[in-house]
Amino acid sequence: MDLKRITSPLSPDVTRELSIGDMVSLSGRIVTGRDQVHKYLASGGIPPIDLQGLVIYHCGPVVIEEDGQWRITAAGPTTSMREEPYEADIIERFRPGAIMGKGGMGEKTRAAFKAHGAIYLHAIGGAAQYLAGRITRVEAVYLQEFGQPESLWVLSVQDLPALVTMDSQGESLHRDIQERSLERLHALFERSFTKNQAT
Amino acid sequence: MDSIRVHKSMYELIRRTCTELPADILKAMNHAHHDELPGSIAQETLGIILESASLSHEKALPLCQDTGALLAIIQSRPGKGLFIVEEAIVEAVKGLTREGILRQNCVDPLTERNTGDNTGAHVPQVHFEPAGGPVRVSVMLKGGGSENMSTQYSLPSALIAAGRDLDGVRRCILDSVYQAQGQGCSPGILGVCIGGDRASGYLLAKRQLFRHLEDVNPVPVLASMEETILQEANGLGLGPMGLGGRTTLLGCKIGTAGRHPASYFVTVSYSCWATRRYCVELDGKGGIRKWI
Repeated sequence: MDLKRITSPLSPDVTRELSIGDMVSLSGRIVTGRDQVHKYLASGGIPPIDLQGLVIYHCGPVVIEEDGQWRITAAGPTTSMREEPYEADIIERFRPGAIMGKGGMGEKTRAAFKAHGAIYLHAIGGAAQYLAGRITRVEAVYLQEFGQPESLWVLSVQDLPALVTMDSQGESLHRDIQERSLERLHALFERSFTKNQAT
Repeated sequence: MDSIRVHKSMYELIRRTCTELPADILKAMNHAHHDELPGSIAQETLGIILESASLSHEKALPLCQDTGALLAIIQSRPGKGLFIVEEAIVEAVKGLTREGILRQNCVDPLTERNTGDNTGAHVPQVHFEPAGGPVRVSVMLKGGGSENMSTQYSLPSALIAAGRDLDGVRRCILDSVYQAQGQGCSPGILGVCIGGDRASGYLLAKRQLFRHLEDVNPVPVLASMEETILQEANGLGLGPMGLGGRTTLLGCKIGTAGRHPASYFVTVSYSCWATRRYCVELDGKGGIRKWI
């Protein structure tokens, strides 16, 4: 599969060129943020670093401290949909270049991606060792009062693979697949289980 | 039982559960990888997952960063030994959390503080079940993303036109797969309980996930339904991580419980591809005699 190399922070020129179905290889500086960070930012909290152009990664890593250094033992994406109530507002106020997680996001966020030229990157859920291997350094950690998995970690990544599943044109692979699977579900509902059983 | 030996056994049981995909699931994932269209997103996704699972085994590090909430079931004759096993489970959980094998996954819902060591009110969840024969301990680490996709239906359900019969049950199970889309980290495994009450339904559904994928249900109609659901759900086209493809489920395991005449619950426990569960049998001193 053709791989497009991109570097965070991302400029709108780069994100606007990407479409759903594009496989990217992500490098550069990214920040993690999950439930508590989103709630904090949406209720008026000040981001500890400038988020403009950065990739916000929905991820709660496993981290241990060794000799004053942070070591990530596992890191993969968490379900993004939980941040749906907050994300559009966060995109509008802080202008990140992309949101990365798993499972995609809903209509409000899709509209925000379109309005501000941002995109959604889908990373592979559960591939914790493969993805942790793409993190080259822990640069900093903020908001530690939210607990280790929920803190805001600033990470350097190199060649992290992800799929563009929502783009700045307002397209969403998740919406397409959901619509198609609903049609198939209704077709299955036409069948009967008990009529096919030997009596 | 010797508490040092029991402690060592529980540590090894939980450590392995967290870092090593069970053999039956690994086999099913390899089949799925083979069955997807060459070069498709689905096949690429499964390829990366398999590579990651192999790395975690090799490095003895977590399969998934969400190391889940621990459920343990101790089957044994009633006696003092039960408390030794429970204490060993709690100590092993704390130790593995310090080592970065288990993530700090317990938050006090009132203070919103992470307790930091994976213990808290009713956590970890340890169940005792009186049983004859040697002591058996089953452990499951179930991630929050897949737990959030678990659901319970009360029949009849007008929403999906499901009545109080097996056709209605089938509709519920298929609907739950559709509702989850890729958010429970498909390809998933379903544990299902038909009947029971609101509480027992969820626990019995989850316990179905301990059955190995190749295990055939001894009740013919349930065996047939498990097979039907597996085929039909894979026809929904959700695919690995919900990005499209042929593999949406790896398995479906169904059990039943008597129901109150007024209630007809269908409970689905959705588990991700990284379904982590192992069971061991202990010898008289508390060492691991065999893995089941």
